[in-house]
Amino acid sequence: MSKISPFWVSAAVVLAAGLAFTEIVENQYYFTAIYLILQGLIMAVAWNILGGFTGYVNFGSAAFFAVGAYTAIALDKALGLPLPLLIVAAAAICGLIGLGVGYLTLRLKGVYFAIATLAMAIVLETFITNWSYVGGARGAYILTPDKHLWFDSYSEMLFMLMLVLAVVSVAISRKLNFSRLGRGLAAIRDDEVAAECAGVPTLRLKLVSTTIMGAMMGVAGAPYPFFVTYVDPLSAFNLFVAVNAIAMPMIGGTAHWIGPVIGALLVGSMQEIVKVNISSELNILIVGVMLVLFISLAPQGIVGLVQKHFLKRKA
Amino acid sequence: MVSTARTWFVRTLCAAALAAGMVGIAAAQQPIKIGFSMALTGGLAGAGKGALIAMEIWRDDVNKKGGLLGRPVQLVYYDDATQPANVPGIYTKLLEVDKVDLVVSAYGTNLIAPAMPIIMRKKLVFPSLFGLGVNEEFNYDRYFQIMPSGPDPKVDWTRGFFALAMEQNPKPRTVAIVAADAEFALNAAAGARKNAQNAGLKIVYDKTYPPATTDYTPIVRAIQATNPDIVFVGSYPPDSVGMVKAANEVGLKTKLFGGGMVGLQFAAIQKNLGPMLNGIVNYDFWVPEPTLKFSGVEEFLAKYREAAKGKGVDPYGHYLPPYAYAYLQVLGQAVEATKSLDHGKLAEHMHKTEYDTVVGKVKFGKNGEWARSRVLQVQFRDVQPDNLEQFAGPGKRIVLYPKEWKSGDIVYPYKQ
Amino acid sequence: MVTADLLANAVVAGLLLGGFYAAVAIGLAIIFGQLDIVNIAHPAFIIAGAYTAYILNSRFGIDPVLIGVLAAPLFFLAGAGIYRVYYGAFERTGQESLSGLAFFFGLMFIIEVVLILVYGVDYRLVQAGYIGESWRIGFVDLPFRMLVPFVVAVALTAGIYLYLARTFTGRAIQAVAQDRLALQLMGVNPIRVKQWAFGLGIATAAIAGALLIIIGPVEPSVGRQYIGRAFAIVVLGGMGSISGMFIAALILGIVESLVNTFMGPSWAPAVAFGVLLLTLALRPSGLFGR
Repeated sequence: MSKISPFWVSAAVVLAAGLAFTEIVENQYYFTAIYLILQGLIMAVAWNILGGFTGYVNFGSAAFFAVGAYTAIALDKALGLPLPLLIVAAAAICGLIGLGVGYLTLRLKGVYFAIATLAMAIVLETFITNWSYVGGARGAYILTPDKHLWFDSYSEMLFMLMLVLAVVSVAISRKLNFSRLGRGLAAIRDDEVAAECAGVPTLRLKLVSTTIMGAMMGVAGAPYPFFVTYVDPLSAFNLFVAVNAIAMPMIGGTAHWIGPVIGALLVGSMQEIVKVNISSELNILIVGVMLVLFISLAPQGIVGLVQKHFLKRKA
Repeated sequence: MVSTARTWFVRTLCAAALAAGMVGIAAAQQPIKIGFSMALTGGLAGAGKGALIAMEIWRDDVNKKGGLLGRPVQLVYYDDATQPANVPGIYTKLLEVDKVDLVVSAYGTNLIAPAMPIIMRKKLVFPSLFGLGVNEEFNYDRYFQIMPSGPDPKVDWTRGFFALAMEQNPKPRTVAIVAADAEFALNAAAGARKNAQNAGLKIVYDKTYPPATTDYTPIVRAIQATNPDIVFVGSYPPDSVGMVKAANEVGLKTKLFGGGMVGLQFAAIQKNLGPMLNGIVNYDFWVPEPTLKFSGVEEFLAKYREAAKGKGVDPYGHYLPPYAYAYLQVLGQAVEATKSLDHGKLAEHMHKTEYDTVVGKVKFGKNGEWARSRVLQVQFRDVQPDNLEQFAGPGKRIVLYPKEWKSGDIVYPYKQ
Repeated sequence: MVTADLLANAVVAGLLLGGFYAAVAIGLAIIFGQLDIVNIAHPAFIIAGAYTAYILNSRFGIDPVLIGVLAAPLFFLAGAGIYRVYYGAFERTGQESLSGLAFFFGLMFIIEVVLILVYGVDYRLVQAGYIGESWRIGFVDLPFRMLVPFVVAVALTAGIYLYLARTFTGRAIQAVAQDRLALQLMGVNPIRVKQWAFGLGIATAAIAGALLIIIGPVEPSVGRQYIGRAFAIVVLGGMGSISGMFIAALILGIVESLVNTFMGPSWAPAVAFGVLLLTLALRPSGLFGR
């Protein structure tokens, strides 16, 4: 442990590059575009902790994201807390919901669990829609200041914040992947009953992974109101958010922590490019086609393809 | 159908590519660039594409006359896919990468609001297309809303409906308010509540429903059970259709029915509902009645009808397109009058001046809304089944309110 | 304010609505309930069915229900083809759980976007003589717009029920999930059976789509609203059971209608899915599970 791992070096490089980017680049467009890619990245990493490592499919990602966003709105309105505290609060609340979802896995396996998350998303959306304090279906406005203490513009600040959050999420996911906990999760994914018999504390592990997943998605959602300045339930509980959260890890590869990162960077940047150059319909079509092609032809994702390539060379 | 849709698609593709590519080539001619985001896909695309057609007609009209300030006009736009999250990125790109000279808004409240902070930071003039009360939150003095809601948009929006109701004999005493759980409908319903209270009406039913409701008959029956004199509905296209059909099937008995139903302004829905529409009093912004023949509107609509063919948009374009044309007209006239692209000067001019447009005389108030409300209340009359052409001309949607534009008398009560 | 006629009407409206839900869910009851394939794209196929009805109805004025019945064989073939791909890519290699889910998720988006690219996002409607009319018995209204889908759905459910219970292929379909080996010993190829059953499930989507567009306007993404409901019904009905599915559909319809009438419609989705969540948490085998 005395040596500093390459991961932390690259994380530090990414953060430093991000800071330099805010200094050098004037064009605000890149900050908003990259913000959306990073948002997708955090969601993908979070989804993968449960979906990839543990093997439980969550269709309700958008609900965690939206609850994170609405926690921020509510606390901003009620107490005027600063953004970092809002993010912590969103993580706490979404983590709690994640914990509740974790208890569902006690009785629900496989598809039942997936459907339960879908139902949970609808119940939460109905609740937010009828909660008039945060604007209900009418939506809520968030007024952001022009500038921020250390940055030239608010969007640069959001960009940097999101970059830090993304690095932290990836670090957590990597830690989980390699730790004893991660091996326990993998055992659950491969055969839950066998894992239970082998003495893996399955329930506790599952609760840990759903809680972390929920908290991480809440973190991705919390800065969103400050990014768009207007949020309504329809745009917060966005199916597109849920689709990306599933598609990105599936395309990147679910077994390894780097999979969702690669998937998110690839799909996310492609989406931003397609969005401004061609049309948004094609955007969704491309994601759909890529998803179907990848899982039919390369079920282990890009990571799997690369691994296979190397194994062949060695042999 | 397939081939036309494909050509349309290829054309948009080319247009988008062109718009992106022109940044480099156009420098020689120095066009004035007007940037905006528009819903060309997603939930609002039907209206958004119609608006875009209108805006392109304006561009061609202006360029035929030699452009603005002697420079040609170019539209630079991106599809926001009806996703608010896309809007901030689009406007920063327009301003930072495409370096547009002027900006106008996308269509709809949800897609206008996310652009506001960026626009306000740069202190740009922001002509805006159909957002309800956006500026109540931002109080931005360079925001100009072309939708004729009036100075107190959320309340003025339904004022006419209730003013009309209170003029009738026998006077209504009770009202039921029902609205979809979504931004516009809820704001309309909130305004309706206020107007109903001011008029001394008793609110006997006040509920909202989720837009994904399949069957509306239970809702209409629950309303009927309270026996209201007025039924005010705030709804979006699919639920407007559901409500009207359910009201006919249940045989809703009330004196005045309608108010804030979005969708009844569109020809395809009008054709499908046919005679079920008769008697409904609903809001509108322009209808082909003789009282509303503003200069240029006929020529514009003729061009629109031609351009709209085969594009899957509203074939007549009475509702949004004239206003999409007009908000650019206002901007263009301001540029010509001030002989400048200075946003301060433009804003000052737009606050002071009464503009002559295809939607009539437009004068903005202090908060950027129309100084006087012109939300029309129209009543469907003599609608025949399965006939699209009937809606092209006058006589099917009679203007009842405001008095200035009145083209006929109300049939009252709706059904007894 | 509960009055007898309001209550009666709410229950009747709920029954009619529930019947339609049964038509939406019956394909899933076969595909998901009996074959254990999580076809989350099923509602997207229903939308494709609705568009088929719209196209032929607006072109030739054919009755939507008839179009649904005529289109069903085509949907059957499409379904059989999709099962081939699914089997080849996932089931054979035993990766159906996670990858299969994502496969259908992607398929859903492809169907939706292709419809948008070709027909745009405008709401489409059909014309039929009975839309807008209604039938009144005492103080109970029966709008034909809801009654026709109900009758068709009941016929469809009864037909599928009898088919599964009485014919050899039908019994083979029911057996395939339970005991593949036994089926093979009887000389039946389980893959062929599953392919047939999958096709059958997708074929019902053609009819359900026609019913959907009779009830109200349709645009490519409305299918999403039925994903949750359809799966909820199949789970509540105890997975593979057709009769359980039908009763669950009726219950969901009645609950929604009662909430719409007496509580306030904005809570209807939460109530319906709250029931599902509770059922899943307390009795995962469904209300009528074994």
